[in-house]
Amino acid sequence: MNFKHKYVFLFPGLFVLIGILIFPIIFTIRLSLSGWNSYTPEMNFIGITNYIRLFTDDPRFWESFFRLSFLSVTTVVLQYIIGFALALIVWREIKFKRFFRVIFLIPMMTTPVIMTVIWRTFFHESLGPVNDLLGNLGVEPILWLSDPVIAKFTVIIVEVWQWTPFMFLLLLAGLLSLPKEPFLAAAIDGASSIRKFVYVTFPLMAPISIGAIIIRLIEASKIMDTVFVLTSGGPGTATETSSFYIYIKGLREFQMGYAATLSFTYLVIMIISLTIIAKVLTKLMIKE
Amino acid sequence: MKTIKTYVVALISALLVLSPVAYADKWSDQFPHIKATGDIPGDCSYDAMSKKNYKGKTLKINTHAVPVMGEPTALHAEQFAKLTGAKVDVTHTPAGDLYAKAMVPFQAGQAPYDIVFGFSNFINDWKRYLEPVPKKYVEMKQMQDVTPSHIGIASWDGVMYQFPVDGDRHYLKYRKDVIDNPEYQKKYKADTGKELRVPQTWKEYGEMAAYFNGWDWDGDGEKEYGSAEVMKKDDLMYAAFYSRSAAYSKNPKTPGGFFFDLKTMKPLINNPGFVEALTDWVAATKYVPPGGINFGLGDEIGSFGGGQTLFSFSWDDAFVAAMQPDSPINNKVGAAQLPGAMKVWNRSTNSWDEGFNQAPFFVWGWAVGVAKKSKEKEMAFDYLCFFANEANHQADIGIGRFGVNPFRNDDFKADVWTQIGWDKDIAQSYVDTLAQMEDSKNRVFPLRVPGTFEFNAALATAAAKALAGQLSPQAALDEAAKQWEDILNRVGKDNVRAAYSVGVAMEDNKL
Repeated sequence: MNFKHKYVFLFPGLFVLIGILIFPIIFTIRLSLSGWNSYTPEMNFIGITNYIRLFTDDPRFWESFFRLSFLSVTTVVLQYIIGFALALIVWREIKFKRFFRVIFLIPMMTTPVIMTVIWRTFFHESLGPVNDLLGNLGVEPILWLSDPVIAKFTVIIVEVWQWTPFMFLLLLAGLLSLPKEPFLAAAIDGASSIRKFVYVTFPLMAPISIGAIIIRLIEASKIMDTVFVLTSGGPGTATETSSFYIYIKGLREFQMGYAATLSFTYLVIMIISLTIIAKVLTKLMIKE
Repeated sequence: MKTIKTYVVALISALLVLSPVAYADKWSDQFPHIKATGDIPGDCSYDAMSKKNYKGKTLKINTHAVPVMGEPTALHAEQFAKLTGAKVDVTHTPAGDLYAKAMVPFQAGQAPYDIVFGFSNFINDWKRYLEPVPKKYVEMKQMQDVTPSHIGIASWDGVMYQFPVDGDRHYLKYRKDVIDNPEYQKKYKADTGKELRVPQTWKEYGEMAAYFNGWDWDGDGEKEYGSAEVMKKDDLMYAAFYSRSAAYSKNPKTPGGFFFDLKTMKPLINNPGFVEALTDWVAATKYVPPGGINFGLGDEIGSFGGGQTLFSFSWDDAFVAAMQPDSPINNKVGAAQLPGAMKVWNRSTNSWDEGFNQAPFFVWGWAVGVAKKSKEKEMAFDYLCFFANEANHQADIGIGRFGVNPFRNDDFKADVWTQIGWDKDIAQSYVDTLAQMEDSKNRVFPLRVPGTFEFNAALATAAAKALAGQLSPQAALDEAAKQWEDILNRVGKDNVRAAYSVGVAMEDNKL
């Protein structure tokens, strides 16, 4: 039997892989070695000039990267805690369980851009209902979008509201798939709810938790629409993230070559850092 | 016999007198948008367009989001389709993406859109991909009425690439009911020792705005504030900064560049004139409404147009919006030139020249061109010509949200505005303001060089950092100047100089 036939069956998948994954990456690398911009619209070759610029003369990219790290880690941690708590609530036998499950999922089903516009209206400092409400309670207007520190937390609030349901969904699915025996054994041993959670639920949920956290970290590290609509990276550059900065360089300023350099560097950093984070989480959360 | 003759003459006379009315009614019945004027005869009038036959052809247009410029584009597309039988596809794109949406296919040699809307300062980057406006349109009567400044803005080296549909400049808008109020004038004098008047300088502007900030001065039960300004990064704020800088930095004694020194191509944006303007602007963050530091153009229009602030300055839209019949401050606003300064930086002597200086900023505005690769160029130019015909133009300029502003000599007549309900003195102050700007010999024109976007974005980022308190004005502008040097090195000083010299010639009144 000629086993070379098997390669024929692999070709369609291989073509798709090359078309949608390998080619864009190779093209991005090639583009990053060019000076393509609005005034030199060609794939010329300028070597590693763009990379030198990035590593020696672009503090704004690195600032946006560290800001992104803060925002994504904070939002994902909060999403994990809140999502886990909500999943635990509806995991138990409570009234209107199905109703609550649907309610908790609604934010995720809405369009992020539309919801961010609504949040922006809520937080509008002079016309929005949040400050209006606080004003009725005698609280001075809070600069939700104009203060460099508070604006970061406003972005976090919107992100947590929007994406906690995703975490909730994964964790609830995980909880529903857990075996019953360890819980029965713990109950027979007279373990309290807290001890059951610490010694049974949490360890059993660790692999799912790691998966959920990594998926959300990958998504959160691409945060763009919320920042774009809510603050446009402002005030100043206080909420500018890597993807928003790359967007500005590529599609606002039309520095395509340099934006490709930023994208590729960002991809490499993300692959390395997420691999490390996954390893660390595994070590911390899964006890052999 | 004599009686019959008299009747015939009378009938003919009556027909002659009434024919324009009947003629106007014929089209305004079908197209209520022009009901105030009816159709106005011309090469691209409703009547002229109805004689064209573009049945079976499709015109593709990329324009701005609704309403600013997007709404009139769609409205005139619908009218054009009805008149000519053409199919017109209109795509709406956010302002920040207009450049890239056209530029990507331009660079790839494609023409997914026959007509592309953008800003007039795109001209240097776009001109190689745009079809020059054909002679027959340039020589049309409606084009002859366009002011020389706006012909200059739409052209490059004497070739018109952008079809004039809008005219823009920044000027001051103020609450007339407050500034002209004798009680407030007395109170202001008593409290500050100064006159309450239309601010002549940015310092006066700041003092008055601070005084009228945070209290209910119009008795509507809500707090009002000093000023609404475009301060949001990446939302045209660089234009607002240039407006604030012009009086301090555009010195008529030192021709040869406002943004760069044309001889050396050294960026001038961190000189003491610009730093003074940015220092004023940082102070302004204290007298804008809460959240004003994040105001984009739409917020500014809504804030001033909604009666929230005493002052505002930017494009016409906020003023026209404030003057619409449904506005809470209809006929309570005034227009004036941008404030000046009592000193202006002299880069030749490296010192301040004392004395009053004022410099109008002819900021970029909406612009539109036809793609060189378009297969429907004639139809595309006909559409643009129809868009800007006299009847459409007169209807469009009276609707604030349309973003279509005066650029024709006829627009500078007060009657045009009183006909749509403006008080006579307000209309007069408005047209006088615009006319004075046209006549000024110390004007600033927008930067129109290769890499314009990069220069403006670098400036906006630096200014935004100063407004947010991340950097001092001097440090922020030093950072911007350093980035401008880097951009110059990437683009090539000679390339930028060659393009910049065109704008400098306009500023130095040599074109």
